[in-house]
Amino acid sequence: MSGTFVGMPAFPAAAREALSDAQLRRNLAHATSTIRAKRAAVVGEVDEWEELRLAGAAIKDNVLHHLDEHLLRLEQSLTERGATVHWARDAAEACEIVASIARRHDADEVVKVKSMATQEIGLNEALAAHGITAWETDLAELIVQLGDDLPSHILVPAIHRNRAEIREIFRERMAAAGRPAPENLSDVPRELAAAARLHLREKFLRAKVAVSGANFAIAETGTLVVVESEGNGRMCLTLPEVLVSVVGIEKILPAWSDLDVFLQLLPRSSTGERMNPYTSMWSGGTEGQEAHVVLLDNGRTRALADEVGRQALRCIRCSACLNVCPVYERTGGHAYGSVYPGPIGAILNPLLRGVGVDEQTDSLPYASSLCGACFEVCPVRIDIPEVLVHLRSQVVDAHRAGPPKGEAVAMKSAAWVLSGARRLSWAERGMGVAGRVLNRLGRKVMPGGRRALGRLPWPGSLWSNARDVPAPPAESFRARWRREGRR
Amino acid sequence: MKVAVQVTCINDAMFPDTGEAVFTLLRRLGVAADFPAAQTCCAQPMVNTGYLDEAVPVVRNFVDAFAGYDAIVTPSGSCAGSVRHQHAMVARRSGDGRLAAAVARTSPKVYELTEFLVDVLGVTDVGAYFPHRVTYHPTCHSLRMLGVGDRPLRLLRAVRGIDLVELPAADECCGFGGTFAVKNAETSTAMGADKARHVLDTGAEVLVAGDNSCLLHIGGLLSRQRTGVRVMHLAEVLARTEDA
Ligand code: SF4
Repeated sequence: MSGTFVGMPAFPAAAREALSDAQLRRNLAHATSTIRAKRAAVVGEVDEWEELRLAGAAIKDNVLHHLDEHLLRLEQSLTERGATVHWARDAAEACEIVASIARRHDADEVVKVKSMATQEIGLNEALAAHGITAWETDLAELIVQLGDDLPSHILVPAIHRNRAEIREIFRERMAAAGRPAPENLSDVPRELAAAARLHLREKFLRAKVAVSGANFAIAETGTLVVVESEGNGRMCLTLPEVLVSVVGIEKILPAWSDLDVFLQLLPRSSTGERMNPYTSMWSGGTEGQEAHVVLLDNGRTRALADEVGRQALRCIRCSACLNVCPVYERTGGHAYGSVYPGPIGAILNPLLRGVGVDEQTDSLPYASSLCGACFEVCPVRIDIPEVLVHLRSQVVDAHRAGPPKGEAVAMKSAAWVLSGARRLSWAERGMGVAGRVLNRLGRKVMPGGRRALGRLPWPGSLWSNARDVPAPPAESFRARWRREGRR
Repeated sequence: MKVAVQVTCINDAMFPDTGEAVFTLLRRLGVAADFPAAQTCCAQPMVNTGYLDEAVPVVRNFVDAFAGYDAIVTPSGSCAGSVRHQHAMVARRSGDGRLAAAVARTSPKVYELTEFLVDVLGVTDVGAYFPHRVTYHPTCHSLRMLGVGDRPLRLLRAVRGIDLVELPAADECCGFGGTFAVKNAETSTAMGADKARHVLDTGAEVLVAGDNSCLLHIGGLLSRQRTGVRVMHLAEVLARTEDA
């Protein structure tokens, strides 16, 4: 069974491990740069891409502004088409609903379509506690599950693994989970996929209950939509007698016609394809099937209440922001301590969980250089840098009451110095004196002729461990300006 | 037109030559610009770290210092971006309507240096001479927050004697990111190391950018690795002529 993110350290500490793993960094750099190039090429083909982004954002915003009405509409349409609708406030409630449905059908195993919502609520672990085994059927999820690993990407959860590693996982772990890997399995992708296919086929045919998420839920028609690349989803959705879909309440699209925009935005942004290979849509159960839909809150209404942050609920989980993020590229997904890694994870997790509660969550809004590449690619125009800064202010505010941290003291004094030119000029004069001394003592000359400071004590060492620092100039600009009496 | 230069706090304290270069350049182009001595900082260090209350007096000082100017020119993409995109947020937070109004008056008058040269003055050839092999790093905030586009490159291409070479993966972040550079020091230096490697690959003698804070980071890495590559602010390159 796969592990959980519970108890992960804060981002800087978790990132350290990834940064020191050269193989992991190579895997990530290779995978992200390949998909980046693919995405850029297919997005470049669409002349009205910007209009599509605006349309996508507008549809989602409309949904969020009238979420209550759209939800009731969705419930009604789903019910009319024979599905049973359940409401879940949090992860525990959602898991309990799924477990009780499975138990009612005497199922001791379920097959799963890759779904972020079910990972978010820790469904597999919760079902295991009820003696029910959940089998992931997406290839990458299968790799993560068999490897007792954690997902590190929204779309490609095993992005941090290369094929040699995957071969080992299959050879060592498949047998215990069902059909074993073939003898002499090589690391040729084709063979690996074939092994997974045989392994999974047994599970599709046996399972009575399937669990899915949904990429979109159309209020007008009560239609759930799953897009995927492998076809395993389609097997899960159609073969078992019972289908339970766990759907975040923000997944709604008002009308059937809105789908058009998103079926263009999503595949190009996520896999860099013009169309995704499989799009499954169902309204109620397919013939003879019992269909359940669990509408999940789990922090979404909290995010919705945040004026700046609510735009994160527009997210369609395409993962484009992960693939362009320079921080993600170097640290990988595990450092974010959640099934939602990368830039979207850095804002979504604090929005769903709330800040000021644990150090790990509070570290996420700072896990970005604010370079803005994520905003540039986001198909629904989520201004991730803006939300990051906003959440940073929430983190700071959440800690204002307690004893001030060193950083808070530094920021307050910096603000004091920087809010008056006279104070700043005094501070600079101090630096100038230091600069004159250091310019004599500094042994290292930087290219261009400036002397460098040596290694600084903490917290300066955080900078100077890897980077030289030029000695301050003998005179600040303003001092020179004043001395020379230029106006 | 009354023009002020926002030298920026980091230039004032650490890179006075950049401030000097902006004035030299503007003077050569016939613009008599002021240095309003009451200026300090754009408040970006506080805002980007989440200290919005602390940013309020700094923003107030900014709008006071630059009141009454028609254009405020700054040799920093990230400071210009901060003024345009963050001051309103800080003012809103303060609940001070007068401050909000002052911000709304002042922010649109802020120009990043290359925007001012190309859009307001309408020049791309500033009469500079710089006979060196140069590569240019477009800093993230210039590139994405402001959208300065190819203005810096157009200015650089018009410099006489320059051998301008393309930087691979130019639009990737260098990893500076303000307090990110210390809060996530290891990730920051990992990003910077890749940037430094790309700079070395070009064989350039000088790395040029429009933001000294990014250059402080990349330059610090280049220096620590004893590469011999120096970093220079774009304004300093544009200020050079055959005489100086
Ligand atoms: S935030 Fe935007 S880019 Fe990132 S996963 Fe969501 S929709 Fe895609």
